[in-house]
Amino acid sequence: MRKLIIATLFALVPAALPASEALHLEHADIDLHDQASLQRGAKYFVNYCMGCHSLQYMRYNRMAKDLGIDEVTLRENLLFGDAKPGDLMTNAMRAEDALKWFGTAVPDLTLATRWRSPDWVYTYLKSFYLDDTRPYGVNNVVFPLVGMPHVLSDLQGKQEAIVEPPHEEGGEPIVAGVKLVEEGSLSPKEYDAVVRDITAFLTYAGEPFKLERQRLGVYVLLFLGVLFILAYLLKKEYWKDVH
Amino acid sequence: MSAEKTENLSWIDKRFPLTETWRAHLSEYYAPKNLNFWSFFGSLAILTLVIQIVTGIWLAMSYKPDADLAFASVEYIMRDVDWGWVIRYMHSTGASAFFIVIYMHMFRGLLWGSYRKPRELLWIIGVVIYLVMMATAFFGYLLPWGQMSYWGAQVIVNLFAAVPGIGEDLSVWVRGDYVISDATLNRFFAFHFLLPFLLVGLVFMHIVALHHVGSNNPDGIEIKQGPKGNKWSDKAPADGIPFHPYYTVKDLMGVVVFLALFSVVMFFMPTFGGLFLEPPNFQPANPMQTPAHIAPVWYFTPFYAMLRAVPPMWDSQFPGVVVMFAAILILFVLPWLDRSPVKSMRYKGPIFKWATAIFAVSFVVLAWLGMQPVSDLYTLLAQIFTTLYFAYFLLMPIYSALDKTKPVPERVTS
Repeated sequence: MRKLIIATLFALVPAALPASEALHLEHADIDLHDQASLQRGAKYFVNYCMGCHSLQYMRYNRMAKDLGIDEVTLRENLLFGDAKPGDLMTNAMRAEDALKWFGTAVPDLTLATRWRSPDWVYTYLKSFYLDDTRPYGVNNVVFPLVGMPHVLSDLQGKQEAIVEPPHEEGGEPIVAGVKLVEEGSLSPKEYDAVVRDITAFLTYAGEPFKLERQRLGVYVLLFLGVLFILAYLLKKEYWKDVH
Repeated sequence: MSAEKTENLSWIDKRFPLTETWRAHLSEYYAPKNLNFWSFFGSLAILTLVIQIVTGIWLAMSYKPDADLAFASVEYIMRDVDWGWVIRYMHSTGASAFFIVIYMHMFRGLLWGSYRKPRELLWIIGVVIYLVMMATAFFGYLLPWGQMSYWGAQVIVNLFAAVPGIGEDLSVWVRGDYVISDATLNRFFAFHFLLPFLLVGLVFMHIVALHHVGSNNPDGIEIKQGPKGNKWSDKAPADGIPFHPYYTVKDLMGVVVFLALFSVVMFFMPTFGGLFLEPPNFQPANPMQTPAHIAPVWYFTPFYAMLRAVPPMWDSQFPGVVVMFAAILILFVLPWLDRSPVKSMRYKGPIFKWATAIFAVSFVVLAWLGMQPVSDLYTLLAQIFTTLYFAYFLLMPIYSALDKTKPVPERVTS
C-alpha cells in the first residue's frame, strides 16, 4: 500500500523524461553563439565524419552563411569533389557498401542531436574503449556493440573499459566507465574541446534556425505584452457599463 | 456617407440577413454577465482550429505524402521554405494546444453542468467534435513519417485487428496494405486534410445549438428563465449582456494571453521536453526496426493506458479496445447520468465534488501512465485509475441523487 501511495505521488509529478535512461551522460556544455567553435566543429565534421555520415538535410551555403564562413574558404576547405555551395551535404558512400563494411546502415546525422541529445553525442564520442571481440577492435559505453570504428582515436588515444562485477549473481559484468591507457596527439582537455565543437556543430545542424527562433520569440512576446495592456484597458473601459 | 452606407446595407439585407445574423449571434446575443476564466476556452478552441487549418494548408503546399519523400519534405519545410519553421512549429504546437484547450473546455462543461437539459444535444455535438478531432490528430501524426509516427500508427491500426472475426480484414482495409506503408500515408493525408473542414461544420452546428439554448454560466442558472429587461433591451434576460462588444473584448484578452503562452512554447521549447514533438520522431520511419518504447502523443495516453490496463481475454486484446472506446463513448450518455437537482458544481454537494476531483486526477495519472513502459506496478495503477474513471460515470446516477445540494440563487452571482 505504501508503495502504491508513493507511486501515486510520483505519478502526479509531471515528467517527460524517458523512463529507462539510466545511462550517465556528460554535459556537453556547448554554446551555439560561439561561431569559432561551430566553425571548428564543421571542419572536424567534414574531415573526420563526412566520409561515412551525411548531413542530407543541410545545405553547404546555409551552413557557411550561418557560421560566418566566406565562400572562398567554403570552396577551398569544405567542398569536396564536384559539390556545389547550394548542395545538400550528402556523401558518396553507398548503403550496400556501408552494410558490407560496418554491418549496418550508416545513419545520417542531421538530426542526431534531436533524437539522441547533444549530451549523448558528446559522451558517445568520448566513450570508445578497446574490445578485441569487435570487428574494429573498439566498443562504446553509451552505444554497446556499435559498428563504427573510433575515428578520432589518433587524437584521443586508446581507452580501456573499467569493468565492475555484475550487480546480480550470474549476470554480465558491467562496463562502468573508461580510462585512458595510451595517449593520443591531444591532451584529454584538448580532446574534450574537439568533441564539444563537433557536438555544437551537430546541434546547430539539427536546428539551424534555433537562435533566430529565440531572437524572434522575444519580439513576439514583447508585442503580445503591449497588446495585452491595450486589450486589458479596452475590456475595462467597455465593462464599466456592466458593473 | 452614412445614408449611403445604410442604403448599401439594406440592399444586402434584402438579399442576405447580414444585420439580422449579426444581431442574433453577436450584438443582441445575450450571454450571462458572470462568465469567468473557464469560458475563454470556447473562443480559444475556434482560434486553434483556425490556426491548424491555415498553417496546415500552408504546410500542404510543400509537404509530400510519399513514404520516400515525406520525412525529407518536413525538414525541407523547416530549413528551406521561407518561414517554414514558424508554420511547422505553429502546427505542431497548435495540435497540443488544441487538445489542452478542448480538455479545459470539456472540464468546464463538467463543472457548470453544461451537458444537462436543455444542452444535451449541444454536449453531444461537442463529443462528436472531440472524436473527429482525435481522428484528425491520429491521421496527422503519421504524416511526418518519423519512427514514432510509423510505429504509433502501427500499434493503433493493429487494434482494429483485435475485432473478432473481421479484425484482420478490417485492419488491412484501414491500412490499404499489410503493414503501414506508402498507401497508408496517402490515405491518412487525404483524411487529415478533409476532417478539419468537417470540424468547421460541426463547430457551426455547436454554435447554432448554443445560441438556441443560450450560454450556461458558473452558477448553472438559466438566465432566460429569470427576470427580463436590461440596459440594452426590455425583452432580454436581466442577467444577460450583449456578446458583442462585452465578450468579444474580454475574449480578446484571453486570446492575447493564450498566444503568449503559445509563443513561449513555439519559440523557446517547441518539442516541450519531448511531449509535443517526440525525440524518436526525428528519425525517419524504419519498418525493420521497432523502437524500444512506443507511446502515443500525450493527448491519447489516458486511453492508451486504459487499453493496456485490460488484460487479454480469450487470447484477444479486444476487451481492452472496447474499454478504450467505451471511455470516450460514455461521454455521450453523460446528460442522462447526472440526477442532481442542480447543474453547477458550486451548488453540488461534497460527494459530487470529490468524485469530479478524483476523476480529474485519474485522467491526469492515466495520461502519465500511458507514456511509461509497462511494469506490474504501473499496470495495477492503470487498472485502479481506469476503474475510477468509469466509476465517475457509472455510479453518477446513484451518488448524484444521494448528494446533498446547496440552494441555487434566483439570479447569477458576480
